[in-house]
Amino acid sequence: MSDHEPSYHPSNPFSKWMDSRLPIMRMMHGQFVDFPTPRNLNYMWTFGGILTFMLVVQIVSGLVLSMHYQPSDAEAFNSVELIRRDVNYGWLLRNIHAVGASMFFFAVYLHMARGIYYGSYKAPREILWILGVIIFLLMMAAGFLGYALVWGQMSFWGVTVITNLFSALPLVGTGITKWLWGGYAVSGVTLNRFFSLHFLLPFVIFGVVILHIWALHVVGQNNPTGLDIKTKSDSVPMLPFAIMKDAFALAMFALVYAWFVFFVPNYLGDADNFIEANPLSTPPHIVPEWYFLPFYAILRSIPSKLGGVLMMFGSIALLAFLPWLDTSNVRSTKYRPIFKWFLWAFFFSVVALGYLGGKPAEGSYVMWSRVFTLYYFAFFLIIMPVVGLLETPRKLPSSIMDAVLGGGGGPTAANAATAAAEKR
Amino acid sequence: MTHTYLKGLACLGVALSLVGAAAAPVLASGGGDAIEPQHWSFGGIRGHFDRPQLQRGFQVYKEVCSTCHGIKRLSFRNLSEKGGPEFPEEGAKGLAETYKVNDGPNDQGKMFKRPGRLSDRIPSPFDNEQQARSANNGALPPDLSLIALARKVEAEHPFYALPYFMAKDIVTGYQEGGSDYLHALLTSYRDAPPAYKMDHGHMVAMTEADAKANPSLPRCASITSEAGADDVCNKMAEGMQYNVAYPGHQIAMPPPLRDGVVKYADGTPGTLENYSRDVTAFLAWAADPKLEERKRLGLMSMLYLLVVAGLLYGAKRRIWSKIPH
Repeated sequence: MSDHEPSYHPSNPFSKWMDSRLPIMRMMHGQFVDFPTPRNLNYMWTFGGILTFMLVVQIVSGLVLSMHYQPSDAEAFNSVELIRRDVNYGWLLRNIHAVGASMFFFAVYLHMARGIYYGSYKAPREILWILGVIIFLLMMAAGFLGYALVWGQMSFWGVTVITNLFSALPLVGTGITKWLWGGYAVSGVTLNRFFSLHFLLPFVIFGVVILHIWALHVVGQNNPTGLDIKTKSDSVPMLPFAIMKDAFALAMFALVYAWFVFFVPNYLGDADNFIEANPLSTPPHIVPEWYFLPFYAILRSIPSKLGGVLMMFGSIALLAFLPWLDTSNVRSTKYRPIFKWFLWAFFFSVVALGYLGGKPAEGSYVMWSRVFTLYYFAFFLIIMPVVGLLETPRKLPSSIMDAVLGGGGGPTAANAATAAAEKR
Repeated sequence: MTHTYLKGLACLGVALSLVGAAAAPVLASGGGDAIEPQHWSFGGIRGHFDRPQLQRGFQVYKEVCSTCHGIKRLSFRNLSEKGGPEFPEEGAKGLAETYKVNDGPNDQGKMFKRPGRLSDRIPSPFDNEQQARSANNGALPPDLSLIALARKVEAEHPFYALPYFMAKDIVTGYQEGGSDYLHALLTSYRDAPPAYKMDHGHMVAMTEADAKANPSLPRCASITSEAGADDVCNKMAEGMQYNVAYPGHQIAMPPPLRDGVVKYADGTPGTLENYSRDVTAFLAWAADPKLEERKRLGLMSMLYLLVVAGLLYGAKRRIWSKIPH
């Protein structure tokens, strides 16, 4: 939190000189060295750091790729192949960037699931959470625009399907769609503007990430108990404790990432995207990238086009209202015996929608998409508010330290542990 | 805390393998059109190309496929580069010179033909799509540069077994669906099944002898059956070939390979099976020429990251050892 005692003491003449002019080192020290982090954080709390790493990886690899990429109807696909074949380590850059997009979403979904499970959106973290929802939306836009740039069959037809969604809006729909396309159909003009926007968005995301981290450092991190940090013994300094744990988790994440980059780089993509875009030939099954599938399933489960579009965007917009939809006065689902089951059913529904989104929209797939879509919305709009009011939460530990020591520890045990920590 | 996680992981592993074991028989019996995964030297995480196989594969491509199919993303120089067929550079140069390549304009503003060079792309058999279609009965023979990555095998798994098969493909580094498909396609030309006759709204297969006796009855590439309606015979169209592996079973390409059609210099038997495997391996390389470099660098990267992760874990354990958490 921002009100903890600063322990920054500039030691050499330069840092003293700097400190009295631009105290940036003092700020960094306070925010990333001394910053108190709850001592009971589990590995689900390491995805914030992992996501920051992924953003940097995507920006750096994307910058180099953009030096070789040509955003034109005729040359886009060829230039990607040139990168794969003739640019030095171009195949590596391309794999890092393409797999990176998937890994970014993989991490963000776990990060969001953690936020929901432990009630990290509840007061006073509403703004922090909403900034996160905005980052998620921007990421989706960036991912979609980037996938278009490959200009394979699935890129082209994915863009056609998704941009056509806007035409469902009454009155302005067709106008917006033509405006997005820059013409009467998806073409090289569309590709060129998508490239510009794809280059821009990561920097916008970077800006919102800074706000997200700022908001986090004002209110402090949530933790598995959902309790606030009450005494000094509840927390440990960020350096070395949280940083070291983050570093290890990042290395493990990098192992998985590298596995995909080197051994199964095309596993997460679609074979059809190795065929150059052809406006005259429609692939039999148009599916978006895996990370959009749950929302694609929601879109297709609604019989009306406009209804489907509204439900799809609504399913994301709804996330921003979580702080007010959840009526429980307990943050962590650990202490909510009834809500817990509904929440796991919700996670299951999202995975199921992801599976159904990749299947053709026919027969029982449509029926099940509707069932899970219904649950998705019912979970937020009915279950969350109602269960929060009816449920009696389990007894909360008196403090984070108390929870760490198994609930039986009183102030004495806490002090003993603090003493042990200080003796280190 | 850690032990609970480990136990959870172990349980998950056991559960997944049980699901896999239970689902396997379902797959084996599911449909006769299944495309079998093949053993490829370039498959898996330590895969690498078999040099002589790539050279034979190129021979098959050049003598058979290249009559109709281009491979425009390859240059002659690629044939002698590391990680590919690795023909001697002189050989690739000599091969390039046997091609006539368009160039120009020259000083007089005229386009002209000259012998190919190492830096030239391998010329395609047709100048444009229209020419290709008019020479092939309206069908367009696709360029083969990326064909091994642009095709896949659609595996039909029950949803509960999916996590197991996904994990299996990821862990074993399975990326050869396209190659499996190409091999199946090249070796799956058959006579179309004997004509069917209608029996109470259902199509019933005739014996080959009955079919010969009734040559006027159509042969069906496939049967569409819907509940509450008579079965529909999707007739073989004029000039189409029946192929078990091809979606819809009707393909415009006549069977390109048969035993003895290419003479191998290295004594490998000239069988359909060998031709198909060799040319598929060649196409897999053409689609992914950096495969060997990728997998080699991959193993080193994994090793490096494992060591880093191990050191970080040790450091983390030590730092947290006296802190209850």
